Amino acid sequence: MPGIRDRVAIVGMGCTKFGERWDASAADLMVEAAYEAYADAGIEPDQIQAAWLGTVSSFRTGQPLAEALKLDYIPITRVENACATATDALRNACYAVAAGIYDVVLAVGVEKLKDSGFSGLAIPEAPGADVAPPTPPPAQFAMAATRYFHQYDIPYEEGKRTLAQIAAKNHHNGALNPKAHFQREVDPDQVVNAPMIAWPLGLFDCCGVSDGAAAAIITTPEIAAGLRQDYVLVKALGLAVGAFGVLRSDWDFTHFPETVRASQAAYHEAGITDPLAEIDLAMVHDCFTITELIIYEDLGFSPRGRAREDVASGKFTLEGGLPVNTDGGLKCFGHPVGASGIRMIYEVYKQLQGKAGRRQLKDPRLGLTHNLGGRPGSFTCSVAIFGLPE
Amino acid sequence: MAGICGYGGYVPRFRLGAGTAGWNSSQERAVANFDEDSVTMAVAAGLDCLRHVDRRSIDAVLFATTTPPYSEKQCAAIIAAALDLRPDIFTADITNVLRAGTAALKTAADSVDAGSAKQVLVLAADHRQGPPRGETERSSGDGAAALLVGNQGIIASLEGWRSLTENMLDSWRSTGDNFVRSWEDRFATEEGLERIIPRAVAEFLEQHGLDIAQVHKVALYAPDARRHGGLARSLGLAPEQVQDPLFGRLGNTGAAFPLMLLVNALENALPLERVLVVSYGDGSDVLSFLTTPEIARAKGQSVGVSGYLEARQTLDNYETYARWRDVWTLDDAARRPQPNSPSVTAMWRENDKNLRLLGEECNDCGYVQYPPQRVCVNCRSKDNGKAVRLSTRPGTVFTYSMDYIAGATDTPLVVTVVDFDGGGRILCMMTDRELNEVRVGMPVEMSFRKLRVVNGIHNYYWKAVPRRVNEAIGAGVN
Repeated sequence: MPGIRDRVAIVGMGCTKFGERWDASAADLMVEAAYEAYADAGIEPDQIQAAWLGTVSSFRTGQPLAEALKLDYIPITRVENACATATDALRNACYAVAAGIYDVVLAVGVEKLKDSGFSGLAIPEAPGADVAPPTPPPAQFAMAATRYFHQYDIPYEEGKRTLAQIAAKNHHNGALNPKAHFQREVDPDQVVNAPMIAWPLGLFDCCGVSDGAAAAIITTPEIAAGLRQDYVLVKALGLAVGAFGVLRSDWDFTHFPETVRASQAAYHEAGITDPLAEIDLAMVHDCFTITELIIYEDLGFSPRGRAREDVASGKFTLEGGLPVNTDGGLKCFGHPVGASGIRMIYEVYKQLQGKAGRRQLKDPRLGLTHNLGGRPGSFTCSVAIFGLPE
Repeated sequence: MAGICGYGGYVPRFRLGAGTAGWNSSQERAVANFDEDSVTMAVAAGLDCLRHVDRRSIDAVLFATTTPPYSEKQCAAIIAAALDLRPDIFTADITNVLRAGTAALKTAADSVDAGSAKQVLVLAADHRQGPPRGETERSSGDGAAALLVGNQGIIASLEGWRSLTENMLDSWRSTGDNFVRSWEDRFATEEGLERIIPRAVAEFLEQHGLDIAQVHKVALYAPDARRHGGLARSLGLAPEQVQDPLFGRLGNTGAAFPLMLLVNALENALPLERVLVVSYGDGSDVLSFLTTPEIARAKGQSVGVSGYLEARQTLDNYETYARWRDVWTLDDAARRPQPNSPSVTAMWRENDKNLRLLGEECNDCGYVQYPPQRVCVNCRSKDNGKAVRLSTRPGTVFTYSMDYIAGATDTPLVVTVVDFDGGGRILCMMTDRELNEVRVGMPVEMSFRKLRVVNGIHNYYWKAVPRRVNEAIGAGVN
């Protein structure tokens, strides 16, 4: 298998301001993201030959993208893969270019969540017998936190403190980012003392529910080189879909095998043997603080059961050895579900180009993005890796 | 002749009592949790009764109640599924009168005597509601009784009966009424209860050539402690002949009441004792049981009314109870979208999974899975598993969370992952819990509960509850 490494390039990207976008429809958000990407790439809309639209609940088909952008009867496919939706839309776009079918394509992720009238996620489900417990995401991930604390014998107060440091880090980064949903720092005491949502997770352990869109223009490295010098190469596109955790009675709830498998595939595809040493920054799926803690271990950034030591040492801060969620993450940048994957890629892209403003890291070469859709025990996980041309 | 071959009981965990703020009574009574109703309590009593009984031996289920969740749709069919009984059994709901419990018991005995069934499971459960802070609310209780009626291994044989039927509106509840209504107390007592019951008992004794002194215990219906005392005196009962009516501990459990008192009597009976059960409602049924030497065998086979009465927790305040009964409603609609109707098709397809709580054990590798899978998660063997009942397996909490935003009724909602002894794992809710007892490693058992009512559909499923069962009694269940 030759894999995707260095076979396609991102030549332009756009991302809207995330947040409670009362002012904007989903179509408005798509226009905002796509036109930023056109301008960034220096191309005209009629150069787009095919498009993939990622959305979980805002649209059923790809047609609204044609309607919003006035695309000229080109093929458009709607992609839905839970929280990995946007990354999977981009993945399909990359494969079409790598296959030689198209030269220039567009991937857009969008979600308009704040028209529901509810403060949490309100995504309709298919008819069923409805006997499963009503477990919104906080309750699901809280069970991982309970078990993590138990398995590693972490007293409640200490566990809460570790999680609070993750929230504080991401709010710190997001406050440096004008496009982030939240613009304020929080201190760990505030996080620990926040109202309980699903014990042991409090308000600031949970990510924002936001509106937003992000877009990427994918092309061949040859065409990209003709458009700009600082294009970004796709190094790996790992995707792992799991079901065993919820079916097996010996699964531990403290590691997510989907992340482990998707990252192993991605590291292999990108030719990475020592992720901790080789990867310069990572945007990971911090839907809850406990998720980010477990992801550190699943991606091989921290030894099992010892991620909290790395949190305590500041390893994942902007100044640390491996900055994680430099743009604020889901926690602070917000989480319009079908847009988040491309939002993460947007940050990696900007950091690699040296255009990340006050968050800019020193000379990063390789960045990773990670999405986790579903619930503990049955995830759809994407791990993608991007780098600058040699 | 037919008789009782086994018994079980159920009393909800919670009590209104002296420690309940706003209750204004020193009298204790049992209250069903918000997710319990007559069906779920009947299932609990049935589980208790069948701990050491082969489920395949049950030929019929008779369910007695005045508070069935459905007016059209059989409750006994739900109960038979939850108890994982055979499909080729006779089932019936007997309802609309407080005498329903004894009616079911007598009908069961008649079926066995007629040869149409070898073993009939009689279940009686009620949760009647009085207006807030009224006398009916104070004296009522919630609970259930189970009696196994057959002709093998009889612990108490039915030696005779007498019934009177008299049309009378001393108390009633029309379709759509939430609360029981009564006519003037003095009329209802003098011309109803205190005239009809003594007459039925006297006619029974005369018919069977017995004197009241030859009766060891009378499990006697009365709406409250005062009238129970008056009735016992007018029957000429010595104090030791009166089966403790449990007022101040349980409360009047309606159609289940005389049967719960009978179960309580059998729990303490010696061989060759005569126990009279006397019910009331549009007349009266008197049933007389004579215990056999086999009665000793039944001891310790079930938790029973006495066991569940002991395992109790007093509610902190009346508001919680009022909220459970929708007397005090909280608007939780603003937080989440209204739930859609469950799909009846999916419910029907998933009867075995959801009501019988059957998991699947792989014939190749022995791995137990819930929900049942066509392809084994462990060895990928296809369509090669056998059903295993998980509802009777004790379990242990593997992990949990406490959700403060999922609803307004039982906040925080405890969601838990439970590992069953002998294999299998379930994600479910925990109910009947005190927050400070929830922990990883907590021993739990499964309890049949009502999740919600949507579109008039009562959606039942299993939840984990703190283990109330004595380990010795719970061991070796089938």
